Amino acid sequence: MHKALVIDPDKCTSCLQCEMACSFEHEGVFNPAKSRIKIFEFEHGKRSIPYTCTQCAEAWCMHACPVEAITVNLSTGAKEVNPDVCVGCKVCTIACPFGTVNYESDSGKVAKCDLCGGDPQCAEVCPTDAITYVEADWTGYDKMRDSAVRAHS
Amino acid sequence: MSNYLILGAGPAGVIAAETLRKVDPSGSVTLIGDEPEAPYSRMALPYMLAENVGESGTHLRHGERHFDKLGIDIRQGRVNALDVGARSVALSDGSSVGYDKLLIATGSHTIRPPIPGMDLAGVENCWTLEDARKIAARAKPGSRVTLMGAGFIGCIVLEALAARNVDLTVIERDDRMLPRMMDNTGGQMIRRWCESKGVRVLVNTAVQGVSKSGEQLVLELAGGESLEADLVVCATGVKPNVDFLENTGIRVEDGIIVDNRLCTSVPNVFAAGDVAQGPDRTTGRQEVHAIQPTASEHGRIAARNMAGVDTPYGGSLSMNVLNTLGLVSSSFGAWDGVSGGSSTNAVDTLGYKYLRLEFEDDYLVGALALGLTQHVGVIRGLMQTRVPLGKWKARLIRDPHQLMSAYLECTQGVIA
Amino acid sequence: MSWQRKILRVDLTKGEITQEPLNMEWANEYIGERGLATKYLWENMDPTVDAMSPGNVLIFATGPLTGTMASTSGRYAVVTKGPLTGAIACSNSGGKFGAELKFAGYDMLILEGKSPAPVYLHINNGEVEIRPADQIWGSTVWNTEEWLKSHHQDPQMKVASIGIAGENGVRYACVVNDLHRAAGRSGVGAVMGSKNLKAIAVRGTVGVKIDKDPKAFMDVVKDTHQMLADNAGRKGLTKYGTNAMLTSMQKFGGLPTHNFQEVQFEGADKIDARAMMKPNDSGHVNLITNKACFGCTIACGRIAHIDKDHFTIVNRKEYWHASGGLEYETAFALGSVCGIDDIDAATFAGYLMNEHGMDPISFGVTLACAMELYEKGAITKEDTGGVELKFGNPEALTIMAEKTGTYEGFGQDIGLGSKRLAEKYGHPELAMVVKGQEFAGYDSRALQGMGLGYVTSNRGACHLKHDVFAEDMEDTGHTGKAKPCKDSQDNIAAIDSTGLCIFTTAAWGLGDFARQINAACEGDWSEDRVRECGERTWNLERQFNLKAGLTKADDTLPKRLLEDPVPTGTAKGNVHALDKMLPEYYELRGWGDDGVPTPDTLKRLGLS
Ligand SMILES: Cc1cc2nc3c(=O)[nH]c(=O)nc-3n(C[C@H](O)[C@H](O)[C@H](O)COP(=O)(O)OP(=O)(O)OC[C@H]3O[C@@H](n4cnc5c(N)ncnc54)[C@H](O)[C@@H]3O)c2cc1C
Ligand code: SF4
Repeated sequence: MHKALVIDPDKCTSCLQCEMACSFEHEGVFNPAKSRIKIFEFEHGKRSIPYTCTQCAEAWCMHACPVEAITVNLSTGAKEVNPDVCVGCKVCTIACPFGTVNYESDSGKVAKCDLCGGDPQCAEVCPTDAITYVEADWTGYDKMRDSAVRAHS
Repeated sequence: MSNYLILGAGPAGVIAAETLRKVDPSGSVTLIGDEPEAPYSRMALPYMLAENVGESGTHLRHGERHFDKLGIDIRQGRVNALDVGARSVALSDGSSVGYDKLLIATGSHTIRPPIPGMDLAGVENCWTLEDARKIAARAKPGSRVTLMGAGFIGCIVLEALAARNVDLTVIERDDRMLPRMMDNTGGQMIRRWCESKGVRVLVNTAVQGVSKSGEQLVLELAGGESLEADLVVCATGVKPNVDFLENTGIRVEDGIIVDNRLCTSVPNVFAAGDVAQGPDRTTGRQEVHAIQPTASEHGRIAARNMAGVDTPYGGSLSMNVLNTLGLVSSSFGAWDGVSGGSSTNAVDTLGYKYLRLEFEDDYLVGALALGLTQHVGVIRGLMQTRVPLGKWKARLIRDPHQLMSAYLECTQGVIA
Repeated sequence: MSWQRKILRVDLTKGEITQEPLNMEWANEYIGERGLATKYLWENMDPTVDAMSPGNVLIFATGPLTGTMASTSGRYAVVTKGPLTGAIACSNSGGKFGAELKFAGYDMLILEGKSPAPVYLHINNGEVEIRPADQIWGSTVWNTEEWLKSHHQDPQMKVASIGIAGENGVRYACVVNDLHRAAGRSGVGAVMGSKNLKAIAVRGTVGVKIDKDPKAFMDVVKDTHQMLADNAGRKGLTKYGTNAMLTSMQKFGGLPTHNFQEVQFEGADKIDARAMMKPNDSGHVNLITNKACFGCTIACGRIAHIDKDHFTIVNRKEYWHASGGLEYETAFALGSVCGIDDIDAATFAGYLMNEHGMDPISFGVTLACAMELYEKGAITKEDTGGVELKFGNPEALTIMAEKTGTYEGFGQDIGLGSKRLAEKYGHPELAMVVKGQEFAGYDSRALQGMGLGYVTSNRGACHLKHDVFAEDMEDTGHTGKAKPCKDSQDNIAAIDSTGLCIFTTAAWGLGDFARQINAACEGDWSEDRVRECGERTWNLERQFNLKAGLTKADDTLPKRLLEDPVPTGTAKGNVHALDKMLPEYYELRGWGDDGVPTPDTLKRLGLS
């Protein structure tokens, strides 16, 4: 069983440490705009929701990619973008019904969560445990998977 | 042990073959394609033209002996006829191949307008790898290139040609660029953008003929003007590859009619990808959606049903994403609205930003976006999960860019 | 180097936008943010010009650690000449705006002159433009932010703006960012309004890089994060917010009540941190959750909502949403100092402060002054437009908050600030201010060190520029407090220059800030060097004030605090011992009897 990122929005304070850690890990810079996990705030900060790829089994992005630039990391289950193969066609960005693959104009490629190869930095730095990386059976993402299933059928 | 035969080694065919292998490891899988290439993606051709990748960068699969290893028998050959009674296909070399289940994934071929000179050397399509090689040979920095047709494919090719630093003119018969993917506001914005980047755009313009004067190609335009070019790239439409289906009883309209199991009107014969006219998720009608995601979904679902794993298909969604010289645009579903529906938009003409949303009752049914690159997929998510928008509809009408919030709350049950 | 090494300079008079390199020599002497902005202000304007004139310069400055993973890295400072005091004004804020400015590629934003017509500044990385603000001039802060985001089709944009109060020169108008974070004090929003600048909208996707030694920086950050995580004081802040202080001050007898006539408030337990968490009679709980500013692992911010049946909003659905809730200073200023124990009224007034862009401390203390004037008969019902301006009247609070925010009726008088209001109505002694700026929620007589801090704070009365709290709580006398006052002023001036928040001092000493700067910035940054930068900043602020015309005479407290003994509490009977503390303080600072830094001091700090 792969581990998964489990998100508890109730604990999120919207500090964006996760976004910085993510961009630092992937791009070597503190830059929330480049983060693969994003915090969305509601109603003057009443709620904030960390949001990223659930590495869904159906992996719409992976199937849609015309050049096999998105592949499964067998040790983590993450769907990873290989930037050397990606041609930047963006088809995956519209194919993913969760909107978790984003095009980055400066690189001309797409970026998505890759679970940092098994040591997701967002979970590592989150000061409130709103993001944890745990055995996947009981992930709070079930809801999202549900909608993935609905989306599929 | 089932004997599966797939015609066409494009994305639909290849994904079907792989899926069959996965769901029915014991079946035999044969994939026949007529192009003398390793299976590749047409849609990657522009990136090869733009020299972002080499030829192998367009290949659908990169693993060494990928198909061999999977035990997929991949052959080159052109299918001329199908005998559904005998369950076999005839190839142009005279051989024939039998099947228990057949998938037709032959895609489409280009069509050129019925005007003189379309057969001249230097008038090329941009559809196959071979086409792309020819274009690459002619489209040198500074050479004059005329692109006929500013539809979706035309505009993608435009991007690639521009990257080759050619002197580019685009000619479109309709009154705007992307007439079938963009409304007037978006189309005009893209046109202004292209013009600001030094591309000449002629809309409402018909080409009456092409002739040769020395090494030059000369295009005669309807207004009497003529245009010289070193290369003419023709992106004026496609037709499904269905000739070999004559007298088979397989129903064909704009494409091969398939049901929600991707099965044609003839049992044991399935169709997928550009050649198929399958269920549309939003309209419920059968439509041809000649796009990569549809080809891949069709291929996968058809294969499962062929293998007897009953898998109904919720339908494809007409959607496109396009990069025109750095301006990213996308369109989804019924972007032009539905009768009795409601609509909202945000336009920033100077900033080249545009977002249009179309609703039917409480649902999002279509969208157009310019300049949006973050979380675009949620548009698809909202459309195909058909979550009722509730109070978010009014909020979206006020500010369409609340999309992500609307999506999160509506699909994740967030109480905000 | 976590700097972008770039400054954006906008001449609003001419409509010119230029970029210039950050002066690294100055950054090496002043760290960044507060200190560096002070240096730029000093070099860029004549301190004698009127604060509300085009000659004033308004600076938005980030620190070297702003926008990094250092905890609390969301801070930026607004530095200018203050309209409330005529002294230097330095207000800092959290939220997400400051980091975004840095992410857009700028360390600092310098605004000069005055636009001929209302405008806003739109910064999208390298694209910067001055745009007409006719569609948002006259709008609230909240509507302004909403309009800008939707107009520019950019929900991720961050906005700092002024409300109607700032447009109209309410002397303590503030700059609000991210709906309810503010560069709150000293009227920096009024200066922005005087420049016809409604808002600054920023989108930054460039990011911040550590060139020096990213690995070392991340190691230090990990360590300092852990220190905060383990710290009890930090835990208290996370759970209760700053309003935990109200309980302590009430118990101690330092909670300003009824315009500083008393130091304990009967209704304290109705507006304190616990009250925010307790269901009221109909089961409504004021506090919803806590929220962090950018990069902050403390998250002291409160998100609250008002009981829908409360008189303030029962007929106003537009306020039936969550927003920034009470913190200690708002609970005191919109509560005890006005004698108000209605938590929903105070919360609502807090909403209005954010929505209209006003400093709640100055507003509340000015209102308290007006209430005292009213009770004394110096202000009448005619003046107030029929409002019963009595202590304890929650309606008076919310009506006046709204009228001041929208600059109507008697609100215009409240918008003058206590000093000008009390003068206008003939009782200057009732203004609870230093240099024209209102006190925060600590009574100087009960907290003698705090009193000295108020007096010597360069922006006028302020509780955030020094930290003698532990000493004050230990002992109600005055001896031995000048030194910690001076030392902490220097330390805090340094901390305010880093881009981090002083609330981290619950767990971090100055050395911990120095470690983080040292890992991010070129050169060697020892604790001593950092402290000296703070002292340099403090003295330069003082120089600015002296040049602006302030003197030793401005280093004083209202008569009430110097002469009227504290009626109750631990320090019962105390008056403030300023005459004993100030000379000692001057001496410790290396200033003459006249409160002017001696040439030696200036030389030592490289300021001559
Ligand atoms: C330049 C270009 C850019 C594009 N860009 C995009 C894009 O950005 N996004 C997007 O979603 N889509 C894009 N597309 C469309 C996308 O490439 C197609 O939708 C997709 O290739 C369809 O896959 P398919 O397998 O159905 O058909 P095809 O890819 O056309 O494959 C069909 C194969 O079958 C072969 N064949 C046909 N007839 C026979 C026969 N009788 N016997 C044997 N073999 C036969 C064909 O030669 C071909 O190799 C683009 C297409 C082009 C040309
Ligand atoms: S953008 Fe890259 S990863 Fe995404 S579908 Fe295209 S090639 Fe594949």
